[in-house]
Amino acid sequence: MAVRVKIPTPLRGLTGEVDTVQIECATLEEMVGQLEGAYPGMRERLCDESGALRRFVNVYINGEDVRFLDGLASALKAGDEVSIVPAVAGG
Amino acid sequence: MTVSVYIPSPFRRLTQNHEYVDVDGVNVAEVLDAVNARYPGFGNLVYDREHVIPPHINIYVNNHEIHELAGTETALHDGDQVAVIPAVAGGADEPTPSTALTSDEAMRYSRHMIMGQVGSIGQRKMRNAKVLIVGAGGLGSPVAIYLALAGVGTVGIVEFDTVDLSNLQRQLLHQTPDVGKSKLQSAIETLNAYNPHVTVVPHNAPLTSDNAMDIIPNYDIIVNGADNFATRYLVNDAAYLSGKTLVDGSILLFDGQATVFKPGHGCYRCLYPAPPPPGLVPSCAEAGVLGAITGIIGSIQATEVFKQILDIGEPLLNRLLLVDALTMEFRTMKLRRDPGCPLCGEYPTVTELIDYDQFCGSPPLVPIDAD
Repeated sequence: MAVRVKIPTPLRGLTGEVDTVQIECATLEEMVGQLEGAYPGMRERLCDESGALRRFVNVYINGEDVRFLDGLASALKAGDEVSIVPAVAGG
Repeated sequence: MTVSVYIPSPFRRLTQNHEYVDVDGVNVAEVLDAVNARYPGFGNLVYDREHVIPPHINIYVNNHEIHELAGTETALHDGDQVAVIPAVAGGADEPTPSTALTSDEAMRYSRHMIMGQVGSIGQRKMRNAKVLIVGAGGLGSPVAIYLALAGVGTVGIVEFDTVDLSNLQRQLLHQTPDVGKSKLQSAIETLNAYNPHVTVVPHNAPLTSDNAMDIIPNYDIIVNGADNFATRYLVNDAAYLSGKTLVDGSILLFDGQATVFKPGHGCYRCLYPAPPPPGLVPSCAEAGVLGAITGIIGSIQATEVFKQILDIGEPLLNRLLLVDALTMEFRTMKLRRDPGCPLCGEYPTVTELIDYDQFCGSPPLVPIDAD
């Protein structure tokens, strides 16, 4: 059983409009690497030039903001749900 | 001009217990004189010795206090409703009538008032509430309409734009004949048509660091319907610095987000510490937005406003609600106050409003963008 990654609609252009991706990984860092391998361009959307998570893109593991866990080092296990949530400003 | 004058119960011993008196007069002064002519002594209750209306007597014309109009010179028209409302012990500092609702109001709001969570006390809380909506666009439209329908007494709107044809796919306040008109004017006309009892306060300028603290502190609850990051951070900071509850919502494509910020429970900076560099996150004008998602998120924002006014339920605090219209999934994420937040953290560095255009790296707002 893998980790389920929920892709928000602004990033689905990269995944061929797929909304949920299954990934085998043990950390968020690995997840980003595998996402980038499968969908080139994803890392740039999630991380800045220094490799840190962008400050206007939130990542949640089972609803908990990874900034309050261990950031990219946060551990993942089978069955976890990861949500990618970029800030949007439309009103 | 025949107008109906509401007589408060303490004064009805003079009017043979009539709650409403129909009299003629072209303005408030003439109408009060006419009531006095029919029921001598009435004038002594509404005027002081200098023939001035004392501060503890409020007079309303169609639910607008006459000091906001032209005082006793306020012109009247056939069918107008005048209400004489004395301040009563225990509610003397209420700015709007805390006395019984009119029969029109009781009928209009009956589907709300029949619920125990609302009742007549809740409905009067609605009438006394002052809510500011930033933006009369996709989100601001459903919020403003539901607030007006529910009888929220004062609805302020910040908006400087004009109605563009491309707005009509989602912005419920504006209709085809409104294209080219100011959005504020269009909003006032729409809301008055929905409910003439609501006072719409127009703020006809972009919200900026110069005017935000003149506007936001005058309201109980702030609703964010802005369409850009600079205004979102500005509204967040001004609401926090004013100690106000902020009902936040945003949309793009088929996605929507909503949450409630209250001082001490986190803020927009705790959620998103920094804005994206210009161009990295597209706007609705660049990427598109499903019209109906504005209705979903706007209705959620209006619901959270009602819960705040009525003090019922569990507010959408410390939770970020995500709506994905394509999968039709509603999910909530935890939203924590960040102790390191520069605004609401332990050691704040943002203690007054800053230059948000610079903060967001965006050009200053000018009233030509039609989104």
